[in-house]
Amino acid sequence: MHNEAILPSGTMTAHRPPGVVISAANLTKTYGDVAAVDGITFSVPAGESFGLLGPNGAGKSTTMKMIGGVTRRTSGNLSIMGLDPDTHGPEVRAHLGVVPQQDNLDEELRVRDNLLVYGRYFGLPMSYLKPKADELLEFAQLTDKAKSKVDALSGGMKRRLTIARSLINEPRILLLDEPTTGLDPQARHILWDRLFRLKEQGVTLILTTHYMDEAEQLCDRLIVVDKGRIMAEGSPAQLIREHSTREVVELRFGSERNAAIASRLEGIGDRLEVLPDRVLMYAHDGESALEQVSARGLRPLTSLVRRSSLEDVFLRLTGRSLVD
Amino acid sequence: MTEPLAAPQPALRAHRPEISAAKARRWGAFYYAEQVLRVMKGYSWSIVMYSVGQPVAYLFAMGVGLATLVDSGNAAFGGVSYLAFIAPALLVSAAVMTAANEFTFPVMDGFKWRRIYYGPHASPLTPQQIAAGQIMAVTLRLLLQSAIYFAAVALFGASPSGWGWAGILVATLTGLAFGLPLMAYSASITEDKGQFALVMRFIVMPLFLFSGTFFPLENLPPAVRWVGWISPIWHGTELGRVLSFGYHEAPLLTILHIAVLGGLAALGWLLTRRRFALRMGQ
Ligand SMILES: Nc1ncnc2c1ncn2[C@@H]1O[C@H](COP(=O)(O)OP(=O)(O)O)[C@@H](O)[C@H]1O
Ligand SMILES: [Mg+2]
Repeated sequence: MHNEAILPSGTMTAHRPPGVVISAANLTKTYGDVAAVDGITFSVPAGESFGLLGPNGAGKSTTMKMIGGVTRRTSGNLSIMGLDPDTHGPEVRAHLGVVPQQDNLDEELRVRDNLLVYGRYFGLPMSYLKPKADELLEFAQLTDKAKSKVDALSGGMKRRLTIARSLINEPRILLLDEPTTGLDPQARHILWDRLFRLKEQGVTLILTTHYMDEAEQLCDRLIVVDKGRIMAEGSPAQLIREHSTREVVELRFGSERNAAIASRLEGIGDRLEVLPDRVLMYAHDGESALEQVSARGLRPLTSLVRRSSLEDVFLRLTGRSLVD
Repeated sequence: MTEPLAAPQPALRAHRPEISAAKARRWGAFYYAEQVLRVMKGYSWSIVMYSVGQPVAYLFAMGVGLATLVDSGNAAFGGVSYLAFIAPALLVSAAVMTAANEFTFPVMDGFKWRRIYYGPHASPLTPQQIAAGQIMAVTLRLLLQSAIYFAAVALFGASPSGWGWAGILVATLTGLAFGLPLMAYSASITEDKGQFALVMRFIVMPLFLFSGTFFPLENLPPAVRWVGWISPIWHGTELGRVLSFGYHEAPLLTILHIAVLGGLAALGWLLTRRRFALRMGQ
């Protein structure tokens, strides 16, 4: 039942390459002198999970708000399902489900009523909304909270309710702005599982995150953004292949000594990155790099060989870490 | 007839996005009004108690207490009892007080405190429709409250003319004439520095006291009479008196009352729409 035409045909969906649901060209948003989004270009085909990975202040939320048709762009082109959100705001928003960075549930209403009320904004009839709300509560594992007040919910539950709410109109495109920020690991995993299911159903997911594990888990393809610009684009594996080595050795010599010892590590692996608390040694084969470290008579307090991650990609591209 | 057991559930399907958008474009304001009313329903008990309790208390204190000290039938009071003289003013003032509450704190709540507006803002609704929906819901509340108030006035025998009921509409219009410009102001506030308390203390209260509410405006020294002329409460009260007991005034003045009230409400609505659209589009 979920493989019906992903792209509704019709007069409103003209002028776009087949399969592309979102395209942005030179998208820019300035606030006064600050360029929150500074000329970014990307497009997203139907059914893809597309991520924006970047640190705080990178311009992720601003981009999401422009896609969501709630913030006007300063310049550039933007089209969602072939529609310009500046001129077809209601039509664009009717296609979307939106999970904003900050929950904005109606705390005065009960959990289930939040879904009903939201569905009414899409002109959906109660005969559809009532069973749909129950189905979504089940999906969000909130069935036994249906009659609770929203302010009695935990952070993770509120987030799941926000996701349930965003699905009330059965959108084929879902915008998720930092869906799991501030949640504990268990709550994050529950959420990831729910998002996977949506992905399996063919829903296009656009999500922002500053967690590299989230990006690796959920995104087919992503752009790394920093200061409103795209630093790199590709699948997580591609990005790691292009911008990092296969493995990384993390060495800790004690905060004072990391920098001093780094010079004695020259030549091992492809590249060194000295952070205040540790030294990162990039190498194709971590174990053998670690052996060379011991061979030079160096004894780190702790050492760890791991696979390269998007965190390493980001560090490479910007010289800074994702999470500060 | 036998019901087929465990009939296969028909697949739930939302209508297409194009239909959502078309419906929202047409009915969006009503959808939002529905939501505001749903929230109000949560505290409907206190709304009704307030709407009933306030007039009964005022009418009793003024009509039974104060009226014995005031010379009833005084020509200054239009030849009616003191209670009949002040009843239209109380009706109008109560609507203005309610409007002053409904168009301040909830707007701050929408934009800032709990950011309630930003949920519907991401739906097909437009900022203008969100503003309109809230205005419509509050208008309904004003109508209901004024109807209850008027019923109390009628029970106290303080509405001699057959047209007194139209005071319900006058009170509602006055509430909007005062409330909508205030709503535009509320929508422009980004930092809460207690502005609303100041509005209540230095605008609503003086207007309540000096708008010909308890005595004709002519009794005020000319230096402060202008307060009444610019006050929606005065225009609403005078209009209410004309309807309630045929208060004598120039017909042109009656038309002016309607024009001022309608004009203020329309201006406030326009400014509010602009503010909402500006603030939500950023
Ligand atoms: N409404 C606004 N007014 C002024 N500056 C803003 C506004 N929203 C965002 N910014 C600025 O734009 C930049 C990008 O912000 P944002 O898109 O929220 O980044 P992110 O979501 O990646 O953390 C930041 O420098 C932020 O301070
Ligand atoms: Mg953000």
